[in-house]
Amino acid sequence: MNKNAKAVVTVVGKDMVGILAKVSAACAEAQANVIDVTQSVLEEFFCMIMIIDIEHATAQVDELQRSISESVPDMKVHVMHENIFNSMHRI
Amino acid sequence: MLNTHDIMETITMIQDENLDIRTITMGISLIDCADSDIDKSCEKVYNKTYRYAKDLVATGESIEKKYGIPIVNKRISVTPISMLVGVSGGDPVKYAKTLDKVAKAVGVNFIGGFSALVQKGFSAGDKELIQAIPHALAETDLVCSSVNVGSTKAGINMDAVKLMGETVRKASEETKDKQCIGAAKLVVFCNAVEDNPFMAGAFHGVGEADCVLSVGVSGPGVVRSVLSKMPDDASMNEVAEAIKKTAFKITRMGQLVGTEAAEMLGVQFGIIDLSLAPTPAIGDSVAHILEEIGLEKCGAHGTTAALAMLNDAVKKGGVMASSSVGGLSGAFIPVSEDAGMIDAARKGVLSLEKLEAMTAVCSVGLDMIVIPGDTPSEVISAIIADEAAIGMVNSKTTAVRVIPAIGLNEGEELDFGGLLGYGPVMPVRKQSPAKMINRGGRIPAPLQSLKN
Repeated sequence: MNKNAKAVVTVVGKDMVGILAKVSAACAEAQANVIDVTQSVLEEFFCMIMIIDIEHATAQVDELQRSISESVPDMKVHVMHENIFNSMHRI
Repeated sequence: MLNTHDIMETITMIQDENLDIRTITMGISLIDCADSDIDKSCEKVYNKTYRYAKDLVATGESIEKKYGIPIVNKRISVTPISMLVGVSGGDPVKYAKTLDKVAKAVGVNFIGGFSALVQKGFSAGDKELIQAIPHALAETDLVCSSVNVGSTKAGINMDAVKLMGETVRKASEETKDKQCIGAAKLVVFCNAVEDNPFMAGAFHGVGEADCVLSVGVSGPGVVRSVLSKMPDDASMNEVAEAIKKTAFKITRMGQLVGTEAAEMLGVQFGIIDLSLAPTPAIGDSVAHILEEIGLEKCGAHGTTAALAMLNDAVKKGGVMASSSVGGLSGAFIPVSEDAGMIDAARKGVLSLEKLEAMTAVCSVGLDMIVIPGDTPSEVISAIIADEAAIGMVNSKTTAVRVIPAIGLNEGEELDFGGLLGYGPVMPVRKQSPAKMINRGGRIPAPLQSLKN
């Protein structure tokens, strides 16, 4: 449905065990392939940015956001189509 | 590849700084709906508008979900209805009711175009429409009305100015049980633009294509936040540069949403309106940007200069980000819709006279200003004439949307609720301009050279 489409997942909050595992499990469940992950932990403050391939994903972007949020309920989760970042930060 | 900083910046803008798409507005031409039988004409208006706009709201919502950006309003603008009234005759309120019905059926927030363009004179349908405005706005919920009374090329139609002073007052009186909302849905323009996506002044000009989609972006909160991170000794050109860069990013987002929505709906993409449109929400205020630039309070001396710079920088940044810019394009200063302006007006720092000066350097005019309920219609006409003169001489769009708060006096407040906000009743001068207003006629078009 979304040819070559990618989405950006950001997860921010207090660090704890298993965040990456839970988020990637939610992505896997929706058939979204994880392409790239960067994460940093600054004084217990966890920040992760994940680029996922949603070309064959079975869920829409907003549904993905919901299911990832549910898997890590204490964290702030955003899932957005990559086009918005490309258009805002590239000429 | 995307970097972390860019991604977090975008997310902060949307989440914490109220960045949003203020409106996607579908402009629909109703020229082919004109019929000599008003009922047939109304039926055609309903059918055509419904056919084009039925998926507008759903499309907007699907883009919101995909990109995670709120699209606050979905709206429709149509050909000035006075043209249809000119062909069909009959009671113009019928058209207003039809527009209201179709707007509700497709689920949009507002529909604009109960309008007339009378800068040089009245043609068939114009006077009938203007006289029907107060009743039409009282009988409907979503219809917005605008009248263009002047232009740089034609001068100012003072007969229309007189009539509009009375109309604004009547619109308020007829809706005095509903916070005088009638007057808040009525704008009087000079140099009205044909592709404005913002209400209440949106209409679909006759020079436009059959159906276009235009976008209005908004981001006062983002601009303010960028400025708040700058050191106090940053020079004004550094400040202007920072605003330009931010405006660029905001506009790119609008361009993305606009082109995608137009494609999904199978209509032509119109324009992006490069505007900073405030809302009453905390942190979404144009006045606060001016205060961030370095004024103790919006309305202080220096406000006009700061606003001129802001307005220009927003346009310079936005122009490069979009394939097609139009509409009103500039910083809006609607008093009741801007937390900082409301505060400044309450404290008496921001006066009607200062606002008038500010409109000479920004979009769009005296907007959403609550005036005492006992203000005579000649005074309202005179306010309209003053504002139209600024627009006419400076070749820019100006407008007046004042709300006579029936039953309220200076010091009291009128609360519209929602995006229209709330505002204190601002004092107007009591001296009568009646003799000048009653002269009628036309102010001739100004000279375009010897510019002093």
